[in-house]
Amino acid sequence: MHYNMFSKLSVSLALVGAMFLSVPTNAQDQDHHEDPHAVEAHETHGHATEEGHDVKAQIKETIEHHLSDSYDFTITEGVSFPLPVILFDEGLKVFSSSKFHHGESVAEVDGNHYVLHHSKVYKTDASGHLTMDEHHHPTNAMPLDFSITKNVFMILVMATFMFFLFKGAAKAYQTGQTPKKAGRFLEPLIIYVRDEIAIPNIGEKHYKKYMSYLLTVFFFIWFMNLAGMTPLGINVTGNITITFSLALITFLITQVSGNKHYWMHIFWMPGVPVILKPVMAIIELIGLFVKPFSLMIRLYANMLAGHVVLMSIIGLIFVFGSWLISPAFFGLTLVLSLLELLVAALQAYIFTMLTALYFGSAVEEHDHH
Amino acid sequence: MEIPEIVGAGLIVIGAGLGIGRIGGSAMEAIARQPEATAKIQTAMLIAAALIEGIGFAALFAK
Amino acid sequence: MDKLIHDFSFGLFIWQLLVFVALIFLLKKYAWKPILDAVNAREESIEGALKAAEKAREEMKALQSDNEAILKEAREERERILKEARDMKNKIVAEAKEAASAEADKTVAAAKASIEAEKTAAVAELKKQAASLSIEVAEKVLGQELSDANKQAEMIGKIIDDVKFN
Repeated sequence: MHYNMFSKLSVSLALVGAMFLSVPTNAQDQDHHEDPHAVEAHETHGHATEEGHDVKAQIKETIEHHLSDSYDFTITEGVSFPLPVILFDEGLKVFSSSKFHHGESVAEVDGNHYVLHHSKVYKTDASGHLTMDEHHHPTNAMPLDFSITKNVFMILVMATFMFFLFKGAAKAYQTGQTPKKAGRFLEPLIIYVRDEIAIPNIGEKHYKKYMSYLLTVFFFIWFMNLAGMTPLGINVTGNITITFSLALITFLITQVSGNKHYWMHIFWMPGVPVILKPVMAIIELIGLFVKPFSLMIRLYANMLAGHVVLMSIIGLIFVFGSWLISPAFFGLTLVLSLLELLVAALQAYIFTMLTALYFGSAVEEHDHH
Repeated sequence: MEIPEIVGAGLIVIGAGLGIGRIGGSAMEAIARQPEATAKIQTAMLIAAALIEGIGFAALFAK
Repeated sequence: MDKLIHDFSFGLFIWQLLVFVALIFLLKKYAWKPILDAVNAREESIEGALKAAEKAREEMKALQSDNEAILKEAREERERILKEARDMKNKIVAEAKEAASAEADKTVAAAKASIEAEKTAAVAELKKQAASLSIEVAEKVLGQELSDANKQAEMIGKIIDDVKFN
């Protein structure tokens, strides 16, 4: 990563702004001169304004494409670079996603044929035929897919970025006691996570061993949310797989650190009549799984909804296609973007806060029993 | 006549919104009454809101 | 729910788990631990410095009161020494006076005694001389009257004894 460049942009807002400014101009140049697909797209655009229904369908498709994971990194319409596809199917198969031609053609690798359908790789024959079941889901075999998709790529980029950002922030403490550069901005947040999230919820005694996870998850979600606000079509935290794995880690850490009071509260609730104890145990057991489930769904739904709303309003500019109405929608988009900026931080905070709360309930010592 | 799914979603949103609104309002009143207990009230509010939200999401995605 | 399950991607899940767990441990080693340790150390050092300052202030206060006590003691000591010196001086002077007056008394007494003795001797001498003079006078006056010398001496002695010198 361009660490030096990024570390100076310690305020993520500046990062977002820079991307807003730099990417589209670059993309426009390429639009007109290099990519034939883009020209086609432009032409269809021109036709579509005549028929509102087409525009709506196109917007819906763009939103869906934006929200789902993909095998190439689309910066803007027509400007994309392929990512490696890694399949485990009769041995390791690694090839570039450019072979799919954005899902339009069948990729042939070592005599096997693969085709993309709704951002998933299916094994098929040379003609690329998919047999569908009654829910319109293909019944073709799916190879084990460990491809570097757009989301995996973003995770790797973000992990590298975070690693160098925080390593750089930590370096300042070797020579002095005060933070420098990006650390000035990050240190209050780290202290906030410690003093306002970890210590009140987990307790002075146990909080230390959870700090690494809480800080990592807080900054990962926050930065990913902010990255999702760039017009690069990144939607990592609005992906159910990502939120599932985050919630799973929280769930596992909670259960592993649960002490005997925690388990007693679940299976043999103290202070209730014996007849009610099994009922309570069932409720608590459901709650055990509902907690991480709601963590997963909350982040997923909030980020997804934010993206859908923002993109739909931007899409409305094209539906109306009028210079009179467009500025109004532009303003609305701006206001909603500011709201999303708040939501980005809020969701990171809530995820971390609830995670700390669950950890706290697992390690809490009940002296009064 | 079949009721469209969006109506169910709307009902869920109304229910969850009322619930969370009540929690938020009560928390505000509680904070106004006892500003020194703000941190505790906020935590309790978040837990309760999170539970309702969880149920709401479960219903929204349960189709 | 169906959509959620359909959206789930096993490959992405494995990648996310691997990268995220690796990120946790890497950041723990290279970032969180150094940062939190440094922050803790700083907070402790600030607290320590504040405590040290407080302690120094208290020590200063104690020192000040100590100084005052020492000064007071010194002042008292000086007073005491001065008083002693004064007493000593007075005593010496008194003693000297006493000795001098005793000596003087002694001298005066000796002088008095010597004067008395001289006086007694002088009176005796005078008596003797007066007696002899008286006898001589009487002998001349009474030369013829008293023929018998013995009778005369007896009579003169009697007269002399009657004479008193004060």
